[in-house]
Amino acid sequence: MSLTDEQVKDFQLKANDIRISIIEMLAAAKSGHSAGPLGMADVFTYLYFHALKHDPKNPTWVERDRFILSNGHICPVYYATLAHSGYFPVEELLTLRKLGTRLQGHPHREWLPVVETSSGPLGCGLSQACGMALAERMDNGVTSKKKFYTFMGDGELQEGNIWEAVMLAGKYKLHNMVGVVDYNNIQIEGYLDDVMPLSPMKEKWESFNWHVIEVDGHDFRALDTAFEQAKTVFEKPTVILARTIPGKGVSFMEGNYKWHGNPPGITDVTGAPPKAEQVAIALADLNKIKETLQ
Amino acid sequence: MLNQNLKLNTKVFDADVEQVPIRKGFGEGLLMAGEEDKNIVGLCADLTESTQMHFFANKFPERFIQVGVAEQNIVTVAAGMSAMGKFPFTSSYAMFSPGRNWEQIRTTVCYNDTPIVIVGSHAGVSVGPDGGTHQAIEDMALMRILPRMIVLSPCDVIEAKKATLAIAKLKQPCYLRLAREKSPIITTLDTPFEIGKAQIFYQSEKPAVVGIIACGALVHNALKAAQDLEKEGIAVKVMNVATIKPLDVNAIIDLAKETSALVTVEEHQIAGGLGSAISEVLSTNHPTLIEYIGVHDEFGQSGAPAELIEHYGMGVSHIISAVKTVLDKKKTF
Repeated sequence: MSLTDEQVKDFQLKANDIRISIIEMLAAAKSGHSAGPLGMADVFTYLYFHALKHDPKNPTWVERDRFILSNGHICPVYYATLAHSGYFPVEELLTLRKLGTRLQGHPHREWLPVVETSSGPLGCGLSQACGMALAERMDNGVTSKKKFYTFMGDGELQEGNIWEAVMLAGKYKLHNMVGVVDYNNIQIEGYLDDVMPLSPMKEKWESFNWHVIEVDGHDFRALDTAFEQAKTVFEKPTVILARTIPGKGVSFMEGNYKWHGNPPGITDVTGAPPKAEQVAIALADLNKIKETLQ
Repeated sequence: MLNQNLKLNTKVFDADVEQVPIRKGFGEGLLMAGEEDKNIVGLCADLTESTQMHFFANKFPERFIQVGVAEQNIVTVAAGMSAMGKFPFTSSYAMFSPGRNWEQIRTTVCYNDTPIVIVGSHAGVSVGPDGGTHQAIEDMALMRILPRMIVLSPCDVIEAKKATLAIAKLKQPCYLRLAREKSPIITTLDTPFEIGKAQIFYQSEKPAVVGIIACGALVHNALKAAQDLEKEGIAVKVMNVATIKPLDVNAIIDLAKETSALVTVEEHQIAGGLGSAISEVLSTNHPTLIEYIGVHDEFGQSGAPAELIEHYGMGVSHIISAVKTVLDKKKTF
């Protein structure tokens, strides 16, 4: 059953609130990544408020689906989604990157046990998801309905370790694995095609025996169709190539790779407002979207 | 003489002492551990038989994962299995794991606190003809510096089996260092073994004037050197340190206090290995003169294993010379 208009609107509002939290936490931290978190807010919202089997009141629930964030640097969107889902108070988001915080600059499982894996160094998440899916199969057989979702960056796919995992999941036909690639075409030093092209992306995954779905990462109905389709594929793992706009929702950040690794308010970026005004303008942009949605 | 409180192999000094590869002890130990604990799983990177994981893989094919030649993957996949309650043993050559995948081990195993075992076989120059590319002599250093990681280098096949069984119960991140070549059996089934415990394998009749601290197959060379030295009238003790981390600090300090002169023996770069670990302990607790037997900041090369041990200064005669050197230094210290 497809999403109702009400659900879509609800998701759009939640995603926008998550984006507001992202800007607030980055502004407080004065460091961290902006573009990726803003771009992935819709996919995170869809996953945590619809697709993922989880229980914020019982984070260690054995039957939960597993979510692995491989590109740990986009953790502001992960933390904000967890807080808005009820895992911890939203106020804690403002401790991001500060001494003693559970919200480390890159996720740390030991300090924030809700997180399934520590991540940051790129390319390791999909392998760990493979291991989890293999262990699940050993314990509960191929008919287990448990899902293992891994979010990756597109630039991250330049890591060799990713393709070792892609090979293994294809070999073992780990159908309860669902990878999501944040296909925003930017990385820290520029556009993917300039730094290290990855196209043709779809064919690469297909040739490793994965089922590939391409989707607009900001369209909740399209995301729903993609994630539902992934549940029906039993002979191979699925990867969802989610086209996203880096910096989505903040006018001066959208599509500009310079915001990959910069927070608002710290650096003057060509084409952007002066740094002193960036935070206010970003929040104004997002509040305007909120008003429009309401 | 041998410390017979430890029920060591009485034939250890015989020319025809039985020789078996240390790695075989791991293979047999893993099979036994796998029979006892169904959560133990095995992963290998296309070296199942040469790392001796084939015993386990043949018996428990449903608990064995062949990852192919992909060392970054082997440890990260294992970390994922660990997160789901499995206790994975991964095996490859030490040069590739932990040689190639150090950061993955750091992040996804140690930092992530998802315990797995990294079994690095074919460590040391005694790999022989394959040459310098395949001779891991930096692996203990790489693993020793990682928080949470336990580092073991057993001296023979029997100790390797006991170490494997002990690790299986421990469920902590662990590096188990193994060697390719056959090496003399030093211990017996009755020799006690405990992770973190060093043992005196040899003590001269007279009070020891030098302590020799060794690990791995070179413990045998240390024992032979001790016997020759005793015949020359130089009394020594030989300590086997199978656990490089956590080090048996008290035993090492006691030996240093007793002898005031030590020789460390390892088939590894001198930088960062057993000798370095011992120096770190002693420099703050009981500064002691030390001579180091090991590889001096260079790479290995092709050759016969025994030739290479001699060429790189880790033979019996080199240990004897080092003992005499440190003894001379002690006299003028």
